[in-house]
This record gives sequence, C-alpha cells and structure tokens, in this order.
Amino acid sequence: MDVLNVRNVYEDAERAKDKKAAIGADVTIENFTDETVNALDMIDDLDDLSKQTKNDLLKVGVDTDEKNRAGSFLQVDQSNIFTNNAISSSVEVMNIGIALEKYGWLEDYLWNVVKPDADKYTAKTALREQKDGVKSGYFVRSLPNTCEVMPVQACMFISDEDIMQTAHNVIIAEENSELHLITGCATGDDVSSAMHVGVSEMYLKPGSKITFTMVHNWAEQVEVRPRTGIKLGDNSTYINNYILTSPVSTLQSYPTAYCNGKNSRAIFQSIQGGKKDSIIDVGSRALLNAEGARAEVISRAVAQDESKIYARGHLSGTVPGVRGHLECSGLVLSDDSLIYAVPELEASSANLELSHEAAVGKIDEDEINYLTSRGISEEDAESMIVRGFLNMDITGLPDELAEQTQNMIDMSLDGM
Amino acid sequence: MLLEVENLAVEVAGKRVLKDINLSIAEGETHVLLGPNGAGKSTLFLTILGFPNYKVVNGTIKFKGQDITGLTTAERVKLGIGVSFQTPPAIRGVSVGDLLKIISNQEVSDELNPRMQELAKQLKFSDEFLNRDVNLGFSGGEVKRSEILQLLAQMPDFTMFDEPDSGVDIENVELLASEIGTLLDKDKPQRSRKRSGLLITHLGYILNFVSADKAHVLIDGVISCSGNPSEILEDIRKNGFNGCVECAQCL
Ligand SMILES: Nc1ncnc2c1ncn2[C@@H]1O[C@H](COP(=O)(O)OP(=O)(O)O)[C@@H](O)[C@H]1O
Ligand SMILES: [Mg+2]
Repeated sequence: MDVLNVRNVYEDAERAKDKKAAIGADVTIENFTDETVNALDMIDDLDDLSKQTKNDLLKVGVDTDEKNRAGSFLQVDQSNIFTNNAISSSVEVMNIGIALEKYGWLEDYLWNVVKPDADKYTAKTALREQKDGVKSGYFVRSLPNTCEVMPVQACMFISDEDIMQTAHNVIIAEENSELHLITGCATGDDVSSAMHVGVSEMYLKPGSKITFTMVHNWAEQVEVRPRTGIKLGDNSTYINNYILTSPVSTLQSYPTAYCNGKNSRAIFQSIQGGKKDSIIDVGSRALLNAEGARAEVISRAVAQDESKIYARGHLSGTVPGVRGHLECSGLVLSDDSLIYAVPELEASSANLELSHEAAVGKIDEDEINYLTSRGISEEDAESMIVRGFLNMDITGLPDELAEQTQNMIDMSLDGM
Repeated sequence: MLLEVENLAVEVAGKRVLKDINLSIAEGETHVLLGPNGAGKSTLFLTILGFPNYKVVNGTIKFKGQDITGLTTAERVKLGIGVSFQTPPAIRGVSVGDLLKIISNQEVSDELNPRMQELAKQLKFSDEFLNRDVNLGFSGGEVKRSEILQLLAQMPDFTMFDEPDSGVDIENVELLASEIGTLLDKDKPQRSRKRSGLLITHLGYILNFVSADKAHVLIDGVISCSGNPSEILEDIRKNGFNGCVECAQCL
C-alpha cells in the first residue's frame, strides 16, 4: 500500500492507537481477540448457512434467498464468506481486498473521509490493515448513469465470543447513478460479548443518490463503534436510515456528511429503542460547505429499563444560502432510563437557515386514556403509542424498498 | 336501570368539582346534560368513564346492576360503555383504520371489514383518511366524525357524547345526528329501544336533530333541575341558565 504509506496513514494510526474517542465510554480493545483474516471457508450459497444464522440475518434485513436484491456481501468475524456480484449489471459488490487488486485508483478512497487517527478504533482498524493488508470489509459501487432500484445487502456478523471485528467499507455512487444499500449487523445467538468497529467511507459523485439503511441487532455485551464519513458532490443526495431496537452494551457513532457539492442534500433518520442497560450514543453531523446544501436530521428515541440514549445532532453552515433542520423526539418510559438530546447548530456565515426542535418526555397520559376508552388495556395502549412513535415514515426510498424497510421496522418494533 | 349514579362527589386536582350527583338512565333512554361552561359536565362524563385523575370521594356508579366505581376505563368499556370526546388527543403512528380494526376485534394486518368500510364512506371518509394518524391535524368536523365512526365499530349499550355539536357546521351536524341516532336505536320504536345514551351539550343545538327522553341541568357541580327536554331547553333559551339556579320545582 504505497499510497497509504506516502499519506502517512499508518504512522498516524500508530500515534493514535491509545487515543480515546471524543465521546462514548472507553472500550479496552485488548479484552477482545484478533482473528486471522479469512480463516473461515467461503460458502457457495447463503442458503448453506444454518437455520439459526439465517434467522439472525433476516432480523437485520438480510434476505438469504436474495430476492429483490442487487447483490450480497457477508462477512463473518474477520472472513468474507460470501459475495454475490452477479445479480445487477449496474452495481458492483466485492470484498475490499479484491476490489483494491482490480482498481488501482481505489486506494485514494481509503482513509479519506474517515481519518485513521480519529481515535483508537480507527487506528486499530488501520494497524490491522498494515499487518494483514486491506482485506476486511466491502466495496460497493454503482456505475455512472445507472439506476438500480433493488438494494445491495451487506452484512457483518460476529459468530464467536470475545471477537473484535473490524471492517473497512467503501461505497461509491458514480455520476448520475442511484444506489441503495441495506446493511445488517448482528451477533450469533450464543455470543454474549464482542466488539465491532466498522469504518465506512462513502462518496457521492455529482448527480448521484445513495440510500443506506442499517439495522443493528447485537448481543447485550457487545461494544459497537461504527465510524462513517460521507462526501457529497454537486446535486447529490444521501439518505441514512438507522434502526436499533435490541439491547447492546455500548454503541457510539457519529456519521458525518460533508456536503461539499452545490445543492447536495443529506438526510439522517434514526429509530432507537434503548433496553436493559444499553448505552446508545448516536449522532448525525452535516457540514454544509457549498451553496444550496441542505441537511435534515430526524431521530426518535425510546428509553426503557435502565438504558441511556444520547441523541446528538450537529449542523454546521459555512457558506450563505444553506439550510438545515434537526428534530429529536424522545420518550422516557422508566424512572431509571435517560434520554439526553444534544442538538448543536453552528453558523459561520450570514444568511443561512439552521433550526432544531427537541422534545423529550414521558408518554402523554391523555393518549393512553384515549386508547383505554376504546377498550384497550393500559399496557397495550402504551405499547401501541411507543410503536406508533417510533414508526416514522422513512422518506426517499423507492416503493419496493420502502415497503421492505417498513417490514424491517415492523419486525424491529415487534420486539419492543 | 342501566346506569345509576348515586350521591356522587368527585375531586379533580384537589378541587371538588361534582358535589352530590344523582342520575339514573334506563335501557333505551336518551338523556341530555345541559349546563354552562365550567359546570362539571365533562367531569361527570370522565368520571363515569373512569379516568384516573377523577377521584370519587363519595357515592357510587352502577352499570347494568354492577358497581363499577373501582373499575378501570378499559374494563368499563368492555362492559358496554362508549364515548365520543370533545377534543381527543392526536396519537402519532396510530391510524384511524388501525383503531377501527382493534375496536372491531380484527387483526391490524387484515383488511378493514366491509361494514366499517361502508360506514366510513357514509361519514365521508376516504381510504387515505383511514390511514392518517388519529386526530393529527384533523378539522373540528373530522374529529367528531372519527369519534362517531369508532363508536359505530364498538356499538356500545350506553354511549356518552361530550359536545358532539361543537365546532361542526350545520350540514355535518345532521350527518352526525343521524349516526348518533343509530347508536341510540332511534330507528326503532321507543318501546323496543335497547341502547341508551347521555348527550352533553351546553348549547342544546344537537337536540334539534336527536330526540331525548329527559334533560338535566348541571350548575356548579350539582344537578339543579331535571325534566322534559323541550321545556327545560325553552326555559334556558328564554332566561339563560340563571333561571335554573333557582329552579327547584322541576326536581
Ligand atoms: N383536570 C383538571 N384540573 C383542574 N381543574 C379541572 C380539571 N378538569 C376540570 N376542572 C375544573 O372543574 C370545573 C368543571 O370543568 P368541566 O367538567 O370541564 O366543565 P364543563 O364540561 O361543564 O364545561 C371547572 O372549574 C374546571 O376548571
Ligand atoms: Mg366540557
């Protein structure tokens, strides 16, 4: 990786290997084990997975029949065990290592919108790459002037106890193309403790659109640190949907969209259900750096049991004529749970429009009473209200995908 | 008697709102509750319904011979009580259609049953409307029609309507009145009516379209006067509620 050496990626990573993240609990990486890259055998068909695993994948939106999919990628622990790149002629789906062999230019896209020295988790990912090569993670690209309405499905799965999974993903939408992804992350049923770090770098060329819908279903003692950067070209649109309704130990992410293109637009929509003693810290950041850039951040959070949810949003406008809106609503269902909404607006130019709305509180008793007056029990009324609250209309997806996403949301909310 | 309220005293937020209410409604009867703003009409309605913040400090409420004073709202509704609210809350993510299915004991994933679809049409609701979140951004008339539609799904033995005519234009009042008639067995001869109701109105406007058997005037937490609806209404129209304050003879 000469280019990466020239760019001092590994030197930077080395220096940051003990650097705590700016926010979120500090995880002791050494408590988790390194896995040999590609130690597991490839499979020929997703159907060859065990019934249990298939079921786990289904919960996070991965269809093992690959019906209505434009491609598939599955990484288990540190091994890429399945790739299907043959379904669509408009999109490419590959292991990142294979993609780097095929495309020399791809190196320029590594460690570009996510910095290796951001914190010890990105540093660890980079240092593993220095040792083993860039081999874990996926590459997905839509070709110029194409519009594949079916989504590519990509899945990160942890199958064994105490594993530290890292992945480095690059997603590129070429000029005037449209690309949809469903990414699911999950742990096997017999895994209780593990760590996941996913570095994802996305690039939207002029006139392109990416929708990225992510469903998480972790075990109760899993530490999760996704690190995501998105670079938007002129007239491009990025839509990020995030759904988490199952318990986790700690999860912290703060995907950042760099709206560097004129009239680029970023939308973040997230649904978070905190359970047990989960600590969920999810933010969305958009830097509006070009004329006409827009961003919307909408999040809905429900905290139950002893869970804590930090719902962050940061909009920064640096040039005139940009617009952004943050909206965070939260329901706190128990005395021991907490929601902390942190909306930040930063305007460093005149003549721009940034706003936020945040409302956090308990369930409105009038709403419960209204439903009980239709003969619904108080308990059922409460769960209907919570489901209704979290069941937000996800915008920007093609019809078919919108329907599938709604099913995924329904399935996630069934567990609430 | 279908509903019997005896010596009822109620506190809301530490304040005694109802003082000593006695009210009996027989099977097949429609009663009307009149009274100025702030008299306690809605409080009586919500107390009979069993809302948690309405504290019964004295007296009992019996329904179908059973003392329901200690039952939850859902339990009372299951016994056959139904209500239409004056200003119900909006619930995000819960659609009118979903509620209709739940009230009709249908699975939410199933199609709405043909009877309810037909009734929705009669009440001028489109399919899109049924998909809307209940009461969210509804006009005054839409709120009332959606309340009545939910009641038609339920067909309670005893229905209370809190100001069903407020904020509704004339054309819609007639439409609502006809469905209220259905809920109160008005299409049947008086003697064979089974369903009963209590119409709460401070204007009495709805009475031009729905007949009532008996009227009560509530003033300052007490029923000051009960009797023939048209006579009482005429008196109120002539003299306002002032006349009722001293009106002991009609009791
Ligand atoms: N939730 C409440 N909290 C405090 N006071 C209330 C509440 N509900 C009713 N009241 C008081 O009780 C009295 C009767 O109110 P209400 O029953 O709404 O009257 P009506 O329906 O006849 O206009 C009023 O003085 C009102 O302010
Ligand atoms: Mg009232």
